[in-house]
Amino acid sequence: MKIEELREHLCGRYPDLCPLFSLEFGDGILVVDAGKLHEAASDLRDLGFDLLGWCTAVDRGAHFEMVYRLRSRTMQVGMFLKCDVPREDARIASLTDLWPSADWHEREVYDLFGIRFDGHPNLRRIFLPEDWPGHPLRKDYRDERMIRRPDYI
Amino acid sequence: MALVDRLGKSLESAPLLLTSVDALVDWSLGHSLWAMPMGTACCAMELIAASFSKFDFDRHGTFPRPDPRHVDVMIIAGTVTRKMQPAVKRLYEQMPDPKFVVAMGNCAVSGGIFFYDSYSVVRGVDEFLPVDVYISGCPPRPESLQDGVLRLRELVRTRSIDPDKRYPKDLLLPKPSDRRRGEKAPGEGEGARGEKAPGEREGGDAA
Repeated sequence: MKIEELREHLCGRYPDLCPLFSLEFGDGILVVDAGKLHEAASDLRDLGFDLLGWCTAVDRGAHFEMVYRLRSRTMQVGMFLKCDVPREDARIASLTDLWPSADWHEREVYDLFGIRFDGHPNLRRIFLPEDWPGHPLRKDYRDERMIRRPDYI
Repeated sequence: MALVDRLGKSLESAPLLLTSVDALVDWSLGHSLWAMPMGTACCAMELIAASFSKFDFDRHGTFPRPDPRHVDVMIIAGTVTRKMQPAVKRLYEQMPDPKFVVAMGNCAVSGGIFFYDSYSVVRGVDEFLPVDVYISGCPPRPESLQDGVLRLRELVRTRSIDPDKRYPKDLLLPKPSDRRRGEKAPGEGEGARGEKAPGEREGGDAA
């Protein structure tokens, strides 16, 4: 199944998701609401997306954006699944029950961005020490030990 | 014969027997510096290369021994992060006295390319360990490492037997409070280069 056929198929099955589906880089990009993330991910897995390559987050200033990279080994197509997460009380459903590979990636996102994943079995920091203050990849992170690079270098 | 000559030379300057035994101990220690390969990053590749047959660390009496209780010198090869720092410190504390530290590579010397804009890297292992020899390079060649250990041998040969004796060294790198290059002192007038105020870079990326 090519990505265009997949788009037709998805639009037929989920008409409300159709305007949020776009094609870039030869892969599909599907943007969903944070509340519908788990449902959409579950449907995509049932369609044959059996591999979650990675997931990460982007700090957009007003909100965070979660990005999941899915891949189907049978259809040979890739898919980006995106959703916005509010900055205050950043929470989103965990996808570890669908793809076990989400476990460590979500711990990494929690460690560096501070997004909490509901339903994660072991949501602890993975890179930094347990008592680290703050989440370093947030744009408003400040650390008095950090030295800003001067302009002449 | 050369060994006997050197022994005699080190003995003739010291009339006391105790001093001579110290010299003998230091001489023997300096020629069998077993190394703890604390390879925390890519400099460990050069450390491994230095200990294998092409560069052959064994001919200097140094070979890697991955056990802190059997070694004399800890070679810290690579970046030390703040998470790794307590582990390195603990391994150092397990080493028997007398013990020495070689900081290999720019990251272990000063933080290297992670000196600026990094929240997780220790800026030089001399923040928490007494370093005896610094080896610059990114990474240093194996010859540099061997030269550093040979210099450590000279240091060991001439050291006091007092295990608490340390040689204080000043950190020559710029500190955050230092004035930057090209920046005028306050009251010296306007700068010609149009340099930015120190806090100006931080303004752009605030959320």
